[in-house]
Amino acid sequence: MEPLMAVLVGIMFAAAIYMMLRRSIVKLVIGLILLSNAANLLFFTAAGMTRGAPPLIPEGADGPVGAVGDPLPMALILTAIVIAFGVLAFALVLINKAYQVVQADDLDQMKDTDT
Amino acid sequence: MSLQVAIPVLLPLLLGAVSLAVHRHLTVQRWLGVLGTGALLASTLWLLHTVWHEGVVVMHMGDWKAPFGITLVADLLGAIMAVLTGIMGFATAVYSTATTPRGHEHYGHWPLLHLLLAGVAGAFLTGDVFNLYVWFEVMLVASFALLILGGERAQMEGAIKYVTLNLLSSMIFLSAVGITYGLVGTLNMADMAVKLAEVDQPGLVTVLAAMYMVSFGIKAGAFPLFFWLPASYHTPPIAISALFAGLLTKVGVYALYRVFTLIFTQDVGYTHEILLWAAGFTMITGVLGAAYHYEVRRILSFHIISQIGYMIMGLALFTPLALIGGVFYIAHHIIVKTNLFLVAGVAYRMLGSYELRDLGGLYKHRPFLGLLFAVPALSLAGLPPLSGFIAKLIVIWAGVEQASWGIVFVALLTGLLTLYSMTKIWQEAFWHGVPEHVQDTSVLTGERRDPGLWAMYLPIAGLALLTLFIGLYAQPLYELAEASAKQLLDPQVYIDAVLEEGAQ
Repeated sequence: MEPLMAVLVGIMFAAAIYMMLRRSIVKLVIGLILLSNAANLLFFTAAGMTRGAPPLIPEGADGPVGAVGDPLPMALILTAIVIAFGVLAFALVLINKAYQVVQADDLDQMKDTDT
Repeated sequence: MSLQVAIPVLLPLLLGAVSLAVHRHLTVQRWLGVLGTGALLASTLWLLHTVWHEGVVVMHMGDWKAPFGITLVADLLGAIMAVLTGIMGFATAVYSTATTPRGHEHYGHWPLLHLLLAGVAGAFLTGDVFNLYVWFEVMLVASFALLILGGERAQMEGAIKYVTLNLLSSMIFLSAVGITYGLVGTLNMADMAVKLAEVDQPGLVTVLAAMYMVSFGIKAGAFPLFFWLPASYHTPPIAISALFAGLLTKVGVYALYRVFTLIFTQDVGYTHEILLWAAGFTMITGVLGAAYHYEVRRILSFHIISQIGYMIMGLALFTPLALIGGVFYIAHHIIVKTNLFLVAGVAYRMLGSYELRDLGGLYKHRPFLGLLFAVPALSLAGLPPLSGFIAKLIVIWAGVEQASWGIVFVALLTGLLTLYSMTKIWQEAFWHGVPEHVQDTSVLTGERRDPGLWAMYLPIAGLALLTLFIGLYAQPLYELAEASAKQLLDPQVYIDAVLEEGAQ
């Protein structure tokens, strides 16, 4: 499972960077969304995947029996997803407002502050 | 168990929530802003006092002992940074009572200011890498919103670049955190330092180090990753620019200091060599960018970048003296840089522009303001007897000791070019007469009284006095920097403080 996930993460990062390098701000945000998902999946894969062993403590026992999945990465990724959700919602509103102000979907039209 | 270290984080969070609850009452929000940031300053000073006398202060959230729970840690570097956060928060809060447009206050200037400070303080005081990521995001989201309050075209354009590159940095950071967890199974910084030293995959550890370096390098505005900074920092209202200029990039620098003294010290010859090259290029590109520009805020924004170079140089040389210089430089720079932005705000108030060709006559009509500009400006360039001279002296002396002549030369050259930029501002804005095309000079000449000026002068004068004080009486800050450099070079102190408390 891990090699498959690794390839998937790689494809997602590549797609994200490709989209971010496009000139359209909508594609830029799609790139950001892909990027945050890719990072979360990378975290998920790198932290180790255990199949079919939820970290549950059987009744009467003090701790989980045998090898179980690590619940901490899930908790961390959940936090990261929520944060990314908030930030990306902001980014969507931002590009909408930027489009209204600049009247263009083209990053090449937004160079006033660079020079 | 010590609640003290949590107060600088909890207080602004709470104030942000309360400010939001009273969003209809601007006067209440302003008072909460000024008094609240004042209380933040007091609490950070108290924290520094405790850390100085009793050593590293540690708090385990919910009493989950390290390395299992989230830990807040204040060592000397963290506490110094927290105090600087308090000073900057207080100064800009007082200043922005006069300068923030009313519409911005209605749209949440004050709550966002508190949340920004909470994020910054949290980043300085956390002892957990994932928690650091969370505080980075708190800080970033607040800064995104502060950056675009007002909705002008330049703000939108700047914000797109700022948001994109900072998100990219955060995602690289998050990926690095994930790989770290996969490698050592812990995210507590002290525990990571212990366990990463035992990992026998030096290649992988170096890759991780590079990921952290790129991520924090973007946040710090280091070469070649700084392009978001000059594109966005001059767009928001001046009080916000000043706060960003003082604090936000320094969070990145702090993270570099933390990670590359505590965790990644296995391959100093490789990682710190890269940092040294980055430091040199950061200095020179920043100062050349500033020489090109004729808009005060853009000149100052580029100077942030060049100054970041000196701080990274202190870290990269990685000797006791260099780290002392680096810590000293951070403290000096935060105070001076914010002050320069605040002075630029006063000039704007009087003449209605930040363009040097629209400014003039400031020294003739307001000699006192000239003095208040000269102190931070000459300090930034590194003239004695101001704080910048001592900061530069220590860093450069550390370079001389290491016989790194290249970086010493670049640092000296950058100091000279900084002086050029500052004299450019001085000559155009202060010495020249008022340009003929300027219509309204009533505030400048004092014909029309501007009651807000007092609230602007007070923080500027306070920060200028602090600069002068550090310059003339450097011993206390030097001793602080020396002790914190000692802690940085001996991570065992930090590790023991965090982990032993957990073992009890």
